[in-house]
Amino acid sequence: MYNKVVMDHFRNPRNVGVIENPDGVGEVGNPLCGDMMTIYLKIDNENIDDIKFQTFGCGSAIAVSSMLTEIAKGKSLDEAKKITNKDVAKALEGLPKNKLHCSNLGADALQMAIKDYEDRKAGIKRPELIRIDKHEHSHGEQCYCPYCDIELEGGTTFCDACHSSLEEEH
Amino acid sequence: MKIINLDHISSKPLLPEVKAAMIKAINNDYHNPSSQHKSGEVAAETLDQARGSVAELINAALPKEVVFNSGGTESVNHAIKGVAMANAEKGKHIVTSNIEHNAVIRSLRRLKSMGYKVTSVSVDEKGRVNPQEVADAITDETILVSIMHSNNETGTIQPIEEIGAITRQKKVIFHTDAVDSVGVVPIDVQKMGVDLLSFAANNFYGPTGVGGLYIRRGTRIFPLIDGGVQEGNKRAGTENLLGIIGTGVAADITRRNLDKWYRHYKALTTKLLNDLPEYIDDYIINTHPEHSLPNMVSMSVQYIEGESVMLMLDDDNIAVSTRSACATGSLRASHVLISIGLSHADAQGTLVLSFGKDNTVEDVTAFLVALKNVVTTLRNISPLYQKVAQG
Repeated sequence: MYNKVVMDHFRNPRNVGVIENPDGVGEVGNPLCGDMMTIYLKIDNENIDDIKFQTFGCGSAIAVSSMLTEIAKGKSLDEAKKITNKDVAKALEGLPKNKLHCSNLGADALQMAIKDYEDRKAGIKRPELIRIDKHEHSHGEQCYCPYCDIELEGGTTFCDACHSSLEEEH
Repeated sequence: MKIINLDHISSKPLLPEVKAAMIKAINNDYHNPSSQHKSGEVAAETLDQARGSVAELINAALPKEVVFNSGGTESVNHAIKGVAMANAEKGKHIVTSNIEHNAVIRSLRRLKSMGYKVTSVSVDEKGRVNPQEVADAITDETILVSIMHSNNETGTIQPIEEIGAITRQKKVIFHTDAVDSVGVVPIDVQKMGVDLLSFAANNFYGPTGVGGLYIRRGTRIFPLIDGGVQEGNKRAGTENLLGIIGTGVAADITRRNLDKWYRHYKALTTKLLNDLPEYIDDYIINTHPEHSLPNMVSMSVQYIEGESVMLMLDDDNIAVSTRSACATGSLRASHVLISIGLSHADAQGTLVLSFGKDNTVEDVTAFLVALKNVVTTLRNISPLYQKVAQG
């Protein structure tokens, strides 16, 4: 079900762990499947000097976290801000369609961690780091029916192909 | 490479005797059992022999009450839709439970879209239906009660006999989805008071793609598939004779070994549950301590996710099943696990372990050793465990 690159990052995840006294932390949860991801950053001269992650999630979520940290490590913050979900999925040489939403978690957690760093620098205190997403059609440009895998029109709550109701389900 | 198979709820391997019988059947060049010439009659006799074997396994009063088809899903669809169609003039209300298999849920969903009404009773925290709630849900319009015999995610067995007494008294047709029970626990359709019972051959070491529906004589039900008059005019289409021959042999051997296998299964699950605390902590057992399949343990390992566990155990050549949302097509938490009160996060870490007759106590220990490593690895990655560890 997963390709070799995904399985390699799942079996041997890079940059797992916690950074003590991090410069930025991003934490994202997905209420739909229960996945949760935390990204820790060490910033030096506006560069990502070190990055670590912790993830509660499936093989895909762990592989996404691992690949994301590999891509982001050593990049300038300006470069890192441009990292998208698509970049991570592409570097993993593809994910099963219904797992594409896992790649959101990675890029979102990174962007939150960068925002946290910038907020700290600007002296803005945020009481709550966790952002729990409502279901959003944020898995790239295409949505797919979780039941029959057919491409869906954005925003639909009903799959015309298999007649499944899709409230909060895709 | 030896694979330790702890996923017998998905399917059980063919018995050697079943394989031999099916290979022999291929070489016997059977004709169509419905043909009236000699060759057809030989095929028909073989078919009847298998029917008798299955009838004996579930203690049907008559062999013809067993209707062969393509398996559990077709059986459930036939039971529900067949009764709904045949009894629509009497009423359009059906009673079921919150923890049924998708075959039941989606058959009922289809009927709902056609104007039928469905009442779904809840279960307690160990996954059991309260028969009184079933009784209370039955109205004058009720034509069918469909409650599963054992649950495929928890292994919990329902009070079928008590529900059967209620449906008999209220004269409502009673179907039970016994796909995971037939061949694992003793099944007696007469004692249970069911009118319809679904089974699948691959759950008692027979071939996939074969199963059947027990239809008590006199039950008002339409065929799901119309055509010829095969299977007592209840399921049209030339029978899958090779598969049915394998099913008959599997039924015979299962019936003779049921007690022995039951004790073996029970010994394995008991060892697993007893030894588990030595290997891991922070888990929830979802299986009923008393009313459950002897070969099954459903456990939710907290702070980690089941698909990851399954993939890592697979690397260790141990096959298990998970009920994590991530491992389903729909990515939704299991309705069964949520129904018994698990949180979404705990449901994520659910493993379903199901033993077969060839598993050994060494397999249990090998699993526990591997599980301990996997759980440690994944908890080291998990932000949830970090939070708990920090208090």
